[in-house]
Amino acid sequence: MNNDNTIISVDNLKTYFYTNERCNKAVNGVSFKIKKGRTLCVVGESGCGKTTLGKTILQLVKATAGEAIYDFEGEKKDLNQLSDKEMMKARKKLQIVFQDPHSSLNPAFTIFGSLQDPLKKFGVKSKAERKKIIGDLLEDVNLRREYMNRYPHEFSGGQRQRIGIARALSVEPELIVCDEAVSALDVSIQAQVLKLLQDLKDKRNLTYLFITHDLSVVEYISDRIAVMYLGKIVELADSDDLYQDTLHPYTEALLSAIPVADLDHKSDRIILKGNVPSPIDPPSGCPFHPRCPKEFAKCSKVIPELKKYIIDGREHYAACHLLDQK
Amino acid sequence: MAKHRKSKLDKKMDEIKRKEEAGLLGGESYNRAINKFKNNHLALLGLILFSLILLTSIFAPLISPYKPGTIDVLNRLKAPSLSHVFGTDQLGRDVFTRVLFGGRISILVGLGSALGAAFIGVLIGSYAGYKGSWIDKIFLRISEMFMSFPRMILVLMLVSILGQSLWNLIIIFILTGWGSVYRMVRSQMLSIREEEYVQALRAFGLSDFVIAYKHMLPNAIAPILVNITLSTAMFILQETSLSFLGLGVPLNIATWGNILNVAQDLNVLRENWWIWLPVGLIISIFVFSINFIGDGLRDSTDPSQQG
Repeated sequence: MNNDNTIISVDNLKTYFYTNERCNKAVNGVSFKIKKGRTLCVVGESGCGKTTLGKTILQLVKATAGEAIYDFEGEKKDLNQLSDKEMMKARKKLQIVFQDPHSSLNPAFTIFGSLQDPLKKFGVKSKAERKKIIGDLLEDVNLRREYMNRYPHEFSGGQRQRIGIARALSVEPELIVCDEAVSALDVSIQAQVLKLLQDLKDKRNLTYLFITHDLSVVEYISDRIAVMYLGKIVELADSDDLYQDTLHPYTEALLSAIPVADLDHKSDRIILKGNVPSPIDPPSGCPFHPRCPKEFAKCSKVIPELKKYIIDGREHYAACHLLDQK
Repeated sequence: MAKHRKSKLDKKMDEIKRKEEAGLLGGESYNRAINKFKNNHLALLGLILFSLILLTSIFAPLISPYKPGTIDVLNRLKAPSLSHVFGTDQLGRDVFTRVLFGGRISILVGLGSALGAAFIGVLIGSYAGYKGSWIDKIFLRISEMFMSFPRMILVLMLVSILGQSLWNLIIIFILTGWGSVYRMVRSQMLSIREEEYVQALRAFGLSDFVIAYKHMLPNAIAPILVNITLSTAMFILQETSLSFLGLGVPLNIATWGNILNVAQDLNVLRENWWIWLPVGLIISIFVFSINFIGDGLRDSTDPSQQG
């Protein structure tokens, strides 16, 4: 693997929440790498730990164990172990776009009021300069620069989401975590925002960690896909490979659930039994085995590891006992 | 034809649009809040009544024809007349003068205690509510201690240690009053801190103080304002009951509470309405006016409400 290009390398990252002596293993040993300028999509059902993963990388939630090595212009450092001063630097490199456009902007401030404090912190002293920067940012996300004097309630959901993107861009980050960034929008606005994200990525050479549950969105934006189930990655591959040579039964079930706009299309949908088990009390062995249509004896006993398989000369990671049998 | 005649609304919209394009609109959010407050008639009325009562109390020596403590036994229990606008009480003191001078103490106690309690409660509550963890737990227990402690016993204790005085009363009110404000602000902050904009600010690594006091507090201000107005009224009335027990402000100093207390005498209540009715009305009007101001402030600081 070409290591020089890797912007972030997450290794065995774990985030546990403790409640009343019970342990919620929200993120339970996740490893992946993202190359500079690429998009990694993390998909999975609600409650599988996608959002916690994103927040852990940004240090909004403290990691329990594991590493997240970030490449600070050649200097590789673990985000979980940064000093306060180094963290300041990291804040400038990593940013986040949130899911809910209604709660992601402060209702008591104008857009300028909301966006100016981060700039102040990162050394833009004069008000006129901050005004100019925020105006430029708004234009970059296809809004008018006068909008900075408006309050959040004066915008539509799509506009707010674009302001959220502008805010993330304001410190000129390298890696943006998009936490369900388009899930709350309707389809036509979704397309707009996705296109905007794509354009910005090309223009500013951004890297995305795109968290979503919507596979039709994934198809559009991703270079690489990680499928999560109960805090673990069960399959990880370049997006084309994942769609064509699906290895894990859970991924198969997810892909079969994508609606197709074709009346003659006969869907052979795989319906999963039951619900996602609680991460507080995960099943023994493979976390997916109680719902897996292809479950066999070994599955309930041994936890499968994420292993590398080579398909047509390309790397493909999956965690399933079935694959070892073949 | 409709094209030629632009409606008033159209013209207004054009004007707004022109201003916005020129970058003139907004930025002056204070002006906006003031305008909204001005358009709120009840709030304006409240402000006028409040200032009227406040100013007459402050300038009481200039307005009242008598000295507050002057006893005139010959003219006791006189009904309102030209020389005594509100009549006189059992000791022949001019009630109007006493109401004016009483306002000074009562407003100081009521508003001072309410603002003091709110200040401490907000100061601690915002930060502890945002940070959570052990800071919050400690202050929660402390506030419970203060709130569960009977106010009367605390007053007795402090009065016996420090002596009976106005300032002791205010200190006691603040000590026993900040807990409820703290808990309210804290619970507000607990819900606000889960909002995504707070997460976003944290992702920029802004300091906790900036996030808690500058960005989160404005969203929690509405219930705080309501609380201040309500507790002002409560403190005025509590001062009354404490004064009655001889534990509040010394009895020789006129306060609204002291004046009202006379109505505990059934004879006074039946026969001498002029002693308790005017001061009762003024207390009500004062509390109302604060309530109106509080409501007006709440609405004018909320940007999603158009004035």
